[in-house]
Amino acid sequence: MSANGGKSERHELSGQPQKVAFYQTGTFAVGGRLLDEELRSVQSDPERANAITKGHRACQGCGEALGARYALDAALRAADGQLIVANATGCLEVFSTPYPESSWRMAWIHSLFGNAPAVATGIAAAMRAKGRTDVRVIGQGGDGGTVDIGFGCLSGMFERNDDVLYICYDNQGYMNTGVQRSGATPPAARTATTEPIGQHAGNQFGQGKNVPLIAMAHEIPYVATATVAELRDLEHKVTRAMEYRGARYIHVLVPCPLGWGSATNEAVRLARLAKESGLFPVFEAVGGAVTSVSPIRHKVPVEEYLRPQKRFAHLFAGDGMPEIVERLQAHADRNIARFGLLDGGEEARELDLLDALALAERGV
Amino acid sequence: MAVNGKPFAITLEVGSSLANRTGDWRTERPVYVHNLPPCNHACPALEDIQGWLYEAEAGGDGYERAWRHIVAANPIPAIMGRICYHPCESECNRAQLDEAVGINSVERFLGDEALKRGWEFAKPAAPTGKRVLVVGSGPSGLSLAYHLALRGHHVTIREQAKQAGGMMRYGIPSYRLPRDILDGEIARILSLGVELECDARVEELEGAIREGGFDATFLAVGAHIAKHAEIPGGAASHIIDAVKLLHGLAEEEKPQLGRRVVVYGGGNTALDAARSAKRLGAADPVIVYRRTRERMPAHPSELEEAEAEGIAFRWLSTIAEAGPGQLRIEKMALDEKGFPQPTGEFEDLPADSVVLALGQDADLRLLEGVSGIEIEDHVVRVDDQMMTGHAGLFAGGDMVPSERTAAIAIGHGARAARCIDAWLRHEYVPVDPPRKLAGFAEVNPWYYSDAPRRVRPQLEDVRRQSTFEEVVKGLDDDSALFEARRCLSCGNCFSCDNCFGVCPDNAVIKPGADGELYSFDLDYCKGCGLCAAECPCGAIEMVPEEI
Repeated sequence: MSANGGKSERHELSGQPQKVAFYQTGTFAVGGRLLDEELRSVQSDPERANAITKGHRACQGCGEALGARYALDAALRAADGQLIVANATGCLEVFSTPYPESSWRMAWIHSLFGNAPAVATGIAAAMRAKGRTDVRVIGQGGDGGTVDIGFGCLSGMFERNDDVLYICYDNQGYMNTGVQRSGATPPAARTATTEPIGQHAGNQFGQGKNVPLIAMAHEIPYVATATVAELRDLEHKVTRAMEYRGARYIHVLVPCPLGWGSATNEAVRLARLAKESGLFPVFEAVGGAVTSVSPIRHKVPVEEYLRPQKRFAHLFAGDGMPEIVERLQAHADRNIARFGLLDGGEEARELDLLDALALAERGV
Repeated sequence: MAVNGKPFAITLEVGSSLANRTGDWRTERPVYVHNLPPCNHACPALEDIQGWLYEAEAGGDGYERAWRHIVAANPIPAIMGRICYHPCESECNRAQLDEAVGINSVERFLGDEALKRGWEFAKPAAPTGKRVLVVGSGPSGLSLAYHLALRGHHVTIREQAKQAGGMMRYGIPSYRLPRDILDGEIARILSLGVELECDARVEELEGAIREGGFDATFLAVGAHIAKHAEIPGGAASHIIDAVKLLHGLAEEEKPQLGRRVVVYGGGNTALDAARSAKRLGAADPVIVYRRTRERMPAHPSELEEAEAEGIAFRWLSTIAEAGPGQLRIEKMALDEKGFPQPTGEFEDLPADSVVLALGQDADLRLLEGVSGIEIEDHVVRVDDQMMTGHAGLFAGGDMVPSERTAAIAIGHGARAARCIDAWLRHEYVPVDPPRKLAGFAEVNPWYYSDAPRRVRPQLEDVRRQSTFEEVVKGLDDDSALFEARRCLSCGNCFSCDNCFGVCPDNAVIKPGADGELYSFDLDYCKGCGLCAAECPCGAIEMVPEEI
């Protein structure tokens, strides 16, 4: 890891979504009649690709259906429509392709739960062999297929620096099989396999994986996190990722009303609160070093994020479990310090970052 | 590998998920609403403020559309953009986010643009042959004349003063309302074919109506008679009422007030009188008011401007006695009910002259002998059609029971125009059904950028103390556009595409052109409510499906 490397690229790549002059809602809303054509988001285009068309069987208010359309529509625009997607097993695959129907309006393949990165690698190799450098490849899956079952294939894809953008739609559990714990399930969350019993508050602290940081440790060209609450940021990151060749990774938080026990109209709000509380840091990293973070706009205590979700209801039932909420708050505070989510100070952010990524120091 | 023309291992016809009408799942459906923005609700002139800000937000050509939208209700925006006390801004939901939108300053910008660029009103409807008499050319008379002229009626205004404008000319000093602005907007109303007769006091109403062959009459004589207070010893000192002072100034008289001027009263007229006295050379005008600053009826913005100009205040004070060059002031104290009570403590205040600004009454002499008229508390009763008890005789503005502001008067004129137009056709204007108020609770504040309010520049203090130059300047183009775009568009779609974006089911249909409304594809909308939850301005509501 090279601090200087990160720094020298900062100017060139300090890419936040384009700041527009004051347009009533700025870049927070999807579009806006006041924006010039070139400043409008992909999603605001009435002719957008709609990679997943209507009639899919995702639950009401599904964050993943939304996140996948956001990401793939942007990728399709960036690749001029020349795009193939390899999909892992999971909600996204199940709700979009009940035989013999398909919601996909693009080249799309599903093989197994654990091999989406490998299938994507194979497609990329085939395209290279055919000399089709114009055809780009995306691998995608939920957090189960990515951080658990497909993780070996994913790490191999990173290690070989295969020319694939892998997108993980993280809803923090195995939702389509009945909400079981995954390596991305947050501490204290209730799932079918982490029932809160007595003093045990759902999922364990100190377990699970932070795959964006692991991806960075592979020093692949581009890693980013995003949420469905910040469309502009997400589109920007997908577009950026498509500018690189080699292995790229984007991790998108996609709230799940079913698995999280939230209202069907809350997917976007919960994603926003996850980011604004500091529990889900939103950043991008080039060559293994963080180059920008999406700063917290209006900081909220974690409780505001946890309370609307039934998977955390045990933290607030009866006398509640204030010490657990405090531990989650400490987790959020650590993220805030580590990624500099509250301050604009680049120097401080860099120090925290180097500290956080000390394990990767050997690769200077 | 294809078997019978189908891909390998595929036995069913491959199809799109479009075959699956997920709209069946829905228990609630989203609907676009047009709730009443609080600014519109508060506007006495009945302007669709959110509507014209929406047009102004586009800038460029949008300014003219915005102006046309304003003048659908209020024909004198350059005037009102200066003198209105903007109750709209007091109700603005944005105040709960940072600061209220500077609606008044944008209105003035648009009004000034119209005068600068010579924008004209739409052509009036074909002549109806009906003749309407208007008595008084203040804001309600002008507003009514404009609205009736647009409907094709012939309007004659009779004004007792030398020039039109009523209190806008004879009550409001030119440093608040420059005369070229006043003249410009009045001339534009007259250009619709409205006939104006000045120096034409109506002495005997029924005769005037009969002789003129008028089909209906609107009375808008205002309230020009100053109320007086008995001040012992007053004959020994120079006492003048504020109405006369301001009227004289409008006719370019220079009243002799001396250096030490005391103004008695706590309303906007008192402030106008004191600020005018300052400009006429009074060293330190003092306003004597019997209650406290908080209870002063004058508008806070005028109070601040007056203080900045060096006007002094004696709160909780009454004038007990007036002698040559000197006043005896009695200190007051508020009782539990908030009424001022004398304390028996006195002090002296030097004064060359005293200006009384204790309120005004309407001059209702022209109604003497007219049948059916009911007068209560010195004002004329009207029904919900703005009609007095005398058929065909309508009234509005300061002479009817109501608060007295120019904005209210304009609203009276607009409403009375609708009612007179209907009455001439033997119809009745129903009261508009109430609309649901667009509250701040339905706004999703996340979506609005932080944007501090743009304030209008003010004339330097020194020049404010010696000249009648306009004190508050207008916004420039950039600032006006910025300010317009601070509007949250409460309860009404402003085409931000958010619903179109956040629907996981692609069930929001975006129209081809900007500004047209979105619609829902109910064949596929699952009723999750994300569009409603994420609508920045609360323009979508979920309503239960009938199951």
